[in-house]
This record gives sequence, C-alpha cells and structure tokens, in this order.
Amino acid sequence: MSDRRSSRTQSGPSSRITDDQMIELVSKLRQHLPEIRNGRSDKVSASKVLQETCSYIRSLHREVDDLSERLSQLLSTVDADSAEAAIIRSLIA
Amino acid sequence: MKNPQRSPTNPGSLRSRFTHVFLQSLLRIRKHNPTSSSSSPHREFLKRCSQVKVAAYVSMARAVGTRRAWSRATIWRARNGERRRNLLCRRCSKSNSRERSLGKKKKKKKKKKKRDNEEHGFAHEKKLQKLVPGGEAMDFCCLLDETAHYIKCLITQVKVMRSIADFYSL
Repeated sequence: MSDRRSSRTQSGPSSRITDDQMIELVSKLRQHLPEIRNGRSDKVSASKVLQETCSYIRSLHREVDDLSERLSQLLSTVDADSAEAAIIRSLIA
Repeated sequence: MKNPQRSPTNPGSLRSRFTHVFLQSLLRIRKHNPTSSSSSPHREFLKRCSQVKVAAYVSMARAVGTRRAWSRATIWRARNGERRRNLLCRRCSKSNSRERSLGKKKKKKKKKKKRDNEEHGFAHEKKLQKLVPGGEAMDFCCLLDETAHYIKCLITQVKVMRSIADFYSL
C-alpha cells in the first residue's frame, strides 16, 4: 500500500505524504470533533473521521446561520447607544 | 517574526479580536440599515441576516489574519465579491459569462488530482474541500491541517455570537 502511495506521489513534492503524517493529521482533526459517537476511540478509520468532520462543519455553519438570524432580529429591536456600549465594555475588556 | 500578542493559537486573544471586529461590523450594519418602514421589511430582514452572517465569517478571518489559507481565502472572497457586484451593476451579462468560463477552466485542472485522492479511499475529501474556504486549492495534507484550525475558529465564532445574542436578549 505504501509503495502505491509513494509511486503516485512522484507527481509533485506537495502531495508526498507518509502514513505517519496522515495518522497524525487525522488524530489532530479528531481532537476537535465532539466525541459523542466514538465509543472505541482507537479504531476509527480516517474515512469516518472525514465524514464526521464534514457533518460537524455543516452543523457549525447552520448554527452560524441561526445566530445571524437571531442577531439581525435583535439589531432592529435594541436601542443603539447603551446596549452596544455595555456589550463592548463587557466582552472586550 | 511573529508578533506574540497576535498569536492565532491563543484562544483568548483570538476571541477578543473576533469580538471586537464583529461588534464593529454589527454597528456598521445597524447604522447603514436603519429599520425604516420600507415596503418590503422581509427583504430588508433577509439582507441584514446575510450581512450579519458574512460579517461573522469575515471578522473571524480578519482576527486570524493572513497566516492561514482558509482565512486568506475568506478575505479574498469577500473583497472580490464586492468588486464583482460593482462590475455586475455596470456591465450586466458580459462579465457574468466571462467569469463563468474562467471558473470552469479552474475546475478542469483539479479533476486529475481528485481522481488520485479518491483512489486513496477518502471520498469525503472532495466534500471537505468545498466546506473549508480555499479548500479546493489545497493538497490533502494542508486540507487536514487547515480544517482543524478552521473548526477551532468556528467554535469560538459560534460561542461569541451566542453570547452577544444572549446579552442582547436580556
């Protein structure tokens, strides 16, 4: 398997990737995913990790959409000066 | 030399920078879109929603800076989206067809690489490339690295947006 990979990677230095690098990157990615479904954390395939990553990013995008909708509703209703000044002070300081 | 105060790996400073930039954007949106009694309030609302959403993504990209490919792609897309909209206003259909043909040419070049990567068995790589900004121009190694950072930033972005929305709701 690694021979096949190395022969294919002759096309360019940027695509040369070893099995160890792959494992390291995939495990780094897994650390950011919510571990709800992973019962046996050691035996998850890279393909499964990618699949979970895609669905997690999509759910985060949906959350951003919902929060944007909520914020734009609130922007129209809230009084400008006092609320914004208070928010800026509390969240940035 | 990297400026330690602007380190993107420090979640505290990233969160503060994003909050600062995003709040400024919200103020700007509110200023330029006062809730007037227009004939189509629903359209105004949708426009504002879209502006807030774009502001959120661009603010996070600006907080990260140009060190990451995904943040560069987001900033580039936002800037060029604006330029494209201005061009479209001036010359309608001609610029549209030109841009579409350019886009098609770019896609053809990527097909060979996609075939190679699918033979590895990572069929989801293509989907991931579309989800991460600038992903289609990255090789698999960079894509995984950028994705990990992108997810971390998205989580921070969602947390800050939620806390701002909760604060406004009080």
